[in-house]
Amino acid sequence: MDELLVDFLTETAENIGVVDNEIVRWEQNPNDRAVLDNIFRLVHTIKGTCGFLNLPRLEALAHAAETVLGRVRDGKLAVSTAVVTEVLAALDAIKAILRVLEASGKESEGDDGELIGRLDRVASGDLAVSPPGGGSVADVDGGARAPQSIRVSVDLLEQLMTTVSELVLTRNQLLQIARRFGEGDAYAVSLQRLSQCVSELQDGVMRTRMQPISNAWGALPRMVRNLALELGKKIELEMTGGETELDRQLLELIKDPLAHMTRNAADHGIEDPKARAAAGKREAGRIRLNAYQEGGHIVIELSDDGRGLNTERLKAKAVDAGLLREREAAEMSPQQAAKLMFHPGLSTAETVTSVSGRGVGMDVVKANVEKIGGTIEVDSTPGRGTRFMLRVPLTLAIIPALIVAAGGERFAVPQIAVRELVGAGSEGEDRIERVHDASVLRLRDRLLPVVSLAALLGLPESDAEERFVVVAQAGSFSFGIVVDDVFDTEEIVVKPVAPIISSVPVYSGNAILGDGRVIMILDVNGVAALGAGSVDRAQPRAESEAAADADPAGDRDSMLVFRAGSPHPKAVPLSLVARLEEIDVAAIEWSEDRPVVQYRGDVMPILSVDGAGTLKPRGRQPMLVFNDGGRCVALAVDEVIDIVEDSIDIRLSGEVGGRLGTAVIGGRVTEILDVGHYLTAGLRPVIRPIATADIAQRAAILVVDDSAFFRNMLRPLLDAAGYDVTTAASAEEALRLREGGRRFDLILSDVEMPGLSGVDFARTVKTGGDWAATPMIALSSLASDSAQARGLEAGFDQYVAKFDRVSLLALLERQLAKAA
Amino acid sequence: MGEAAGGDFVTVRLGGQLLGIDVQRVHDVLKLGLLTRVPRAPAIVAGVMNLRGRIVTAVDARRCLGLSDREPGAPAMCLVVEQDGQPYALVVDAVGDVVTVAGEDHEANPPTLAPLWRGVSDGVYRLDELMIVLDVSRLLAVGAAAEAA
Repeated sequence: MDELLVDFLTETAENIGVVDNEIVRWEQNPNDRAVLDNIFRLVHTIKGTCGFLNLPRLEALAHAAETVLGRVRDGKLAVSTAVVTEVLAALDAIKAILRVLEASGKESEGDDGELIGRLDRVASGDLAVSPPGGGSVADVDGGARAPQSIRVSVDLLEQLMTTVSELVLTRNQLLQIARRFGEGDAYAVSLQRLSQCVSELQDGVMRTRMQPISNAWGALPRMVRNLALELGKKIELEMTGGETELDRQLLELIKDPLAHMTRNAADHGIEDPKARAAAGKREAGRIRLNAYQEGGHIVIELSDDGRGLNTERLKAKAVDAGLLREREAAEMSPQQAAKLMFHPGLSTAETVTSVSGRGVGMDVVKANVEKIGGTIEVDSTPGRGTRFMLRVPLTLAIIPALIVAAGGERFAVPQIAVRELVGAGSEGEDRIERVHDASVLRLRDRLLPVVSLAALLGLPESDAEERFVVVAQAGSFSFGIVVDDVFDTEEIVVKPVAPIISSVPVYSGNAILGDGRVIMILDVNGVAALGAGSVDRAQPRAESEAAADADPAGDRDSMLVFRAGSPHPKAVPLSLVARLEEIDVAAIEWSEDRPVVQYRGDVMPILSVDGAGTLKPRGRQPMLVFNDGGRCVALAVDEVIDIVEDSIDIRLSGEVGGRLGTAVIGGRVTEILDVGHYLTAGLRPVIRPIATADIAQRAAILVVDDSAFFRNMLRPLLDAAGYDVTTAASAEEALRLREGGRRFDLILSDVEMPGLSGVDFARTVKTGGDWAATPMIALSSLASDSAQARGLEAGFDQYVAKFDRVSLLALLERQLAKAA
Repeated sequence: MGEAAGGDFVTVRLGGQLLGIDVQRVHDVLKLGLLTRVPRAPAIVAGVMNLRGRIVTAVDARRCLGLSDREPGAPAMCLVVEQDGQPYALVVDAVGDVVTVAGEDHEANPPTLAPLWRGVSDGVYRLDELMIVLDVSRLLAVGAAAEAA
């Protein structure tokens, strides 16, 4: 094909894409001269080039469209839906001809007389009535400038990427050789330089693969506009963060899922104007797309302000399909039920419209997203809308990984999943303990479930004293992977595993290391899923399976299940338990009618679940030790049953002291104890009861935390301390309260939250609006210095560890006194 | 099965038995080198290895055919074959010459051949001893299927 023609085709394809979106923007803001000028210029360019290349059909169409636009620009014609529709139709016709042109090199035969006729009628004002408002004609030129880029074929880029990948490998091999033989200085210096160049080259090539995410959603404004017309709805599409960059390959892979979800939002999510008006909402529905980078991931949020998911219907369908039992469905929280939409065959659409419900369901979307190592979450409020969170890795090709050894084999753990490394001996503070069949690591006064990698993979277990724990993050669930040894971090080039191995869930790929050996890359989510089986294998699994399947990895808590005082199981969150101890009953003493034991140089009170003595008459008494600001309280139990990792949905019970409510854990109804109650009871002399009189009026406090458990734990504590407590499950929910005109004396917010993080929330609150002056305290489970600095910079006034109740109460009092 | 056209076969030994593999299927013959084990993978997977920058999955022919494992440390060879665009290294005890056989020497599988073998064999050739023709595609498929069952 003629080179000129090739250039014309590429350029026009780009221009048309731009025009599509510009026109939709223009329809929304008919008086925006800049947009109109832009469209006019693009269409004009197409017309001009067509004349030059002798493409009469294209030229005639472009000319007719240009005439319409020209009349609008000259103020002779008002923008109306008819105008926009006809211009878009002309663009579609142009696109169709371009496709043929691209395939055959020739303009196809055809008659555009009718379309041109309609365009001419529109231009002459036949379909339009009112003249537009004034406005001077702006300078058309001036915006055009020479592009600072060239076109390179994608194949060439891919080839470069492969070469660079091999180069990185070779560099790594050289570095290892140098390390082994300790070559001379001159060699080391050159190697260092080479290494640096390779890194820069790799970085550069990686960047050539990056494209703004707006390329993936460029077609959406047009799609939404057409849908809105077809469905008789008013829909605004708001897109932010389009400049966020993503690997081209990934971009292609998320394009379709995004379009599908947007279509769903427009079709099923947004109500028709009448229904919206009846619900007291703005007539025009809004779909928001937002993208941003977070660590090595890109987060894409898609939300609508429509009717929300019909979770009852989803549940009913799941029951019909045999996925759930009725009892389980009834116990399911709306959040859990919303996740059912990712099951194959469970679409909530009541009627299949021409738009969606064509059988490509959210299950396919989820599968596609997970295939590229991403995750998808859904959150929906009836009547308020639905929000999806997509998280995908930045790139698939080269990742830093931690090399570990277990059972004599080496494995790579993607650095992104590694939170920290802990040396774990059989003695000392960081000791691995066993709770029946499960192992836990005591880490900074919290118990972390751990799995032995060797055992999990069926490899021989090491009997070494000193082992390592890789603290890993799978979704929102952290756990420890016990390994025998830890080596370097290496940049590895990820290659997919052979199909024969791909059914093994624990590997996400393999790679060739610097020494030439192949290494398997662990998929932390797969390890967690496999490990979860061993964590709660003592429990009947089948019953909770359906619910667990519907709820992969996300929102799971580890619960310590035990018996105390009655045969019914009771549980506390494992994260609140500092230690498990067994103390010889003979060592228990009595002080003021209360059993105590000397423990770590202090006197630790021993409490029992119902206040009644359940201590054993002899032998060893098992107990859970809670730590509260340095002081310990023990809760005597009959027997520790298990550690269960499950998604916990607490049904709040009435005012029974010491109980938060019940939840189904491992398929059994289990009482969830309020650890706070026992701490308060045990540390009576320490906590100064705050009388309501201290504060003239009950101060209003807003608690923002995504964990239902902590909201449920903090509320009674703060209530008891005399505050008026409101809770919100997310920063977004909190901001809606602000929009709703609510005022608080103080805001307590979690830092790690899905969606808007605590830090971003603080920044949003402090940068303006009605809450700008409200003191904010960050609740954090990881209070590292850098995390604190970030929080304080964003606008938090104070930081407090989540479990430190004494400090929290003291801090609240201080802050409120200061504010008053 | 007597219609076979004959052709060139790479001869290999597996537990004393002579086997022939269509030479067209074999990309490479090499001594079995360092393998990285793949725990939890199907039993026929001996491991993965680096073949000049490519990652190749090694499949143990003994396991595919239900034979006992090789003595630890015993020498082994592998044939690199491709299946659905993926490279596999088929691990055998020893590799012999390439033999050219005539179509008329071909015979159907003897009825006494074990069912597992019959499923992966394309008949036999009567040379100085009996050579069983191994269909690599079916061998890999059978190995994987036996795992799934």
